Amino acid sequence: MPDLSELSQSSELSKPSNLIKDNQIIDNDWQIIAKDAEFSDVKLSIDDASGQLLLPLALWLEHAEQLKNSKTIGVWLDSDESPEPLETLCESIPVIGINFPVFADGRGYSYARTLRDYYNYSGDLRAIGDVLHDQMYFYKRCGFSSYLIREDANAEKALAGLNDFSADYQAGSDESKPIFHKR
Amino acid sequence: MYIYDQHDRQMLNERVAQFRGQTERFLAGELGESEFLPLRLQNGLYIQRLAPMLRVAVPYGLYNTAQLRKLAHIARHYDKGYIHVSTRQNFQLNWPRLEDVPDILEELATVDMHAIQTSGNCIRNTTTDQYAGVAIDEIEDPRPWCELIRQWSTFHPEFALLPRKFKVAVCATEEDRAAFKFHDIGVELIHNDEGHTRFHIHVGGGLGRTPVISQLIKRDLHWQHLITYLEAVLRVYNQLGRRDNKYKARIKILVKAMGAEAFAARVDQEWQKIKDDDNTLSEDAVNRVQAFFAPPNYEVLDDSSCNRELASQRLESNDFGRWLDKNVQPHQKDGYAIVNLALKPTGIAPGDITDLQMEAVADLADEYSGGLLRNTHQQNIVLADVKKTDLFALWQRCDELKLATPNLGYLSDPICCPGGDYCALANAKSIPIAEAIQRQFDDLDYLYDLGPIDLNISGCMNACGHHHVGHIGILGVDKKGREFYQISLGGNMGREAAIAKILGPSFGPEEVPTVIEKVLDVFVKHRHPEEQFIDTYRRVGIAPFKEYVYA
Repeated sequence: MPDLSELSQSSELSKPSNLIKDNQIIDNDWQIIAKDAEFSDVKLSIDDASGQLLLPLALWLEHAEQLKNSKTIGVWLDSDESPEPLETLCESIPVIGINFPVFADGRGYSYARTLRDYYNYSGDLRAIGDVLHDQMYFYKRCGFSSYLIREDANAEKALAGLNDFSADYQAGSDESKPIFHKR
Repeated sequence: MYIYDQHDRQMLNERVAQFRGQTERFLAGELGESEFLPLRLQNGLYIQRLAPMLRVAVPYGLYNTAQLRKLAHIARHYDKGYIHVSTRQNFQLNWPRLEDVPDILEELATVDMHAIQTSGNCIRNTTTDQYAGVAIDEIEDPRPWCELIRQWSTFHPEFALLPRKFKVAVCATEEDRAAFKFHDIGVELIHNDEGHTRFHIHVGGGLGRTPVISQLIKRDLHWQHLITYLEAVLRVYNQLGRRDNKYKARIKILVKAMGAEAFAARVDQEWQKIKDDDNTLSEDAVNRVQAFFAPPNYEVLDDSSCNRELASQRLESNDFGRWLDKNVQPHQKDGYAIVNLALKPTGIAPGDITDLQMEAVADLADEYSGGLLRNTHQQNIVLADVKKTDLFALWQRCDELKLATPNLGYLSDPICCPGGDYCALANAKSIPIAEAIQRQFDDLDYLYDLGPIDLNISGCMNACGHHHVGHIGILGVDKKGREFYQISLGGNMGREAAIAKILGPSFGPEEVPTVIEKVLDVFVKHRHPEEQFIDTYRRVGIAPFKEYVYA
């Protein structure tokens, strides 16, 4: 499983893409900045808008005033970081990543729904970390819009997981209505 | 009962296909053990001591004879010819092959059955009173609400990977037969002064390592908000429940840590945001589900003439009379009765039933009870709509099938988990302990004199045998590789919920029946006339039991 604290800043972009968005595999042009990064590490890229970066929540919040309207800077939440601090700030953030350190840690599903349903976040909501085939359908229903599949997993196959089901019992953050409204 | 429509079937078939794919990827080595684990668990598949175990869901314990015949077929063709009724009203197969499970699930799907969410850290099967719809002390049939909870919780995308398993029970009767105070959420149905349906929501109960009685966090919840309120509870738990230690991950630990008031406030804050959203129930939606549980076309029968006939049949057979007194319960409808088929004859693992018995029971249900059956959390089977005029004939058939032991609710009708004979988690065997006690106390007249006693036996701390809430509880423990048994007294799972107290140091397996005998001697000595064990215990406390047993 990927440990985001150890991701080097360059490795991510050099690998073949494992990013799924809009039902296809596309190039991953967003770089995830490790949790222990300093602002000085990324300042240059931010200032000249030369790269699209997902900053860890704490770092992003420290510089929120400067970053909240940036088109090239997003933020990512770890599984123990509630999206609450983003309630009034998230509107213009282009990408928000939610990390699944292990796929079985399901907190991120509630974070996604909080962002979508409560804060009306309409940007790209990205599942990152231990993101796998068999959870794709759940991610989708909770409002995720892109999925960075774990690097050793097969993104082609994972793509199929988005369509495991063609009906749902309950309302989610997608368009599905509870089944009792359909009958 | 609820009948599947094309939506339910479609989702079920897609689930079967999904799990077939997952199993194939696992067997091909494309899916790792740790990744496959929650997938198979959420399809009911454990890897046990000797073989896999497949737990088949029986929503709130209710099923039909086509389903039972299918299970008999599966038990025969994919297993060793028997199946087990679990303490959460489900069925368990003990010996399926992992490779066969997708085929088994496909067969189950043909009769609208499945193993979805019968295990794993997700919302499990919702349980309720086994006498729902026919109980004389019922406020309202709880099953439509259970079904609505089933639909909401099935494949819930947000709550598939919770900190830990999550169990909901619905109680809609004066006497609690659903043990709702020992569930993660206990939904208590009431009628308010105007006669409208409302719910009291209790949260944070459970057994396991740390038994806890739930706390009331919401009174008088309007029925239309049932689903949104449950969703708010789950959303709080999913985010705040502990994930660092599986023994501290249940919602009961969170509720204790936050305090019930703070927890309720947090849920309310969450709920205010969603309380009128799409998940809000409409009258139409509820009516549609309630229609599935409308009473059958009961015949108009004269209750007193039925009773006169029964009285004369009693004179013909003392055994029938005993069965009538012990295993038959009163029914809402004149001239009808509720019959319990006893799955606890001595020498058979409590709750086990063979393929041939299943088929015979299906015939009985078709003939005498409208083709429907229920599993009880006491691991017996109920035929809920039997005409009193049919009782004698039904009793004879049950007796031939060895399903008529007249011991319901007595010491020889224990709740008992599969224990060390099957379960990989168990520290000790539980089935032989149940059998030893049944053999020691095989005199029915003595058992009747003692009165009802809930004997609950678990083979480990996970408490599948509900030992914490038995009047007498037995817990298997491992001491340096040897099996020992800890005895506890005074538990109760009804409205006067209580967690049993441990009597003292544990005993070897051979000592257990003698210890139980001593416990009963103390009871008999202190008992007021006709007093039940649990009441005597409450009056005299544990001290005299302790003193005598360890003298």
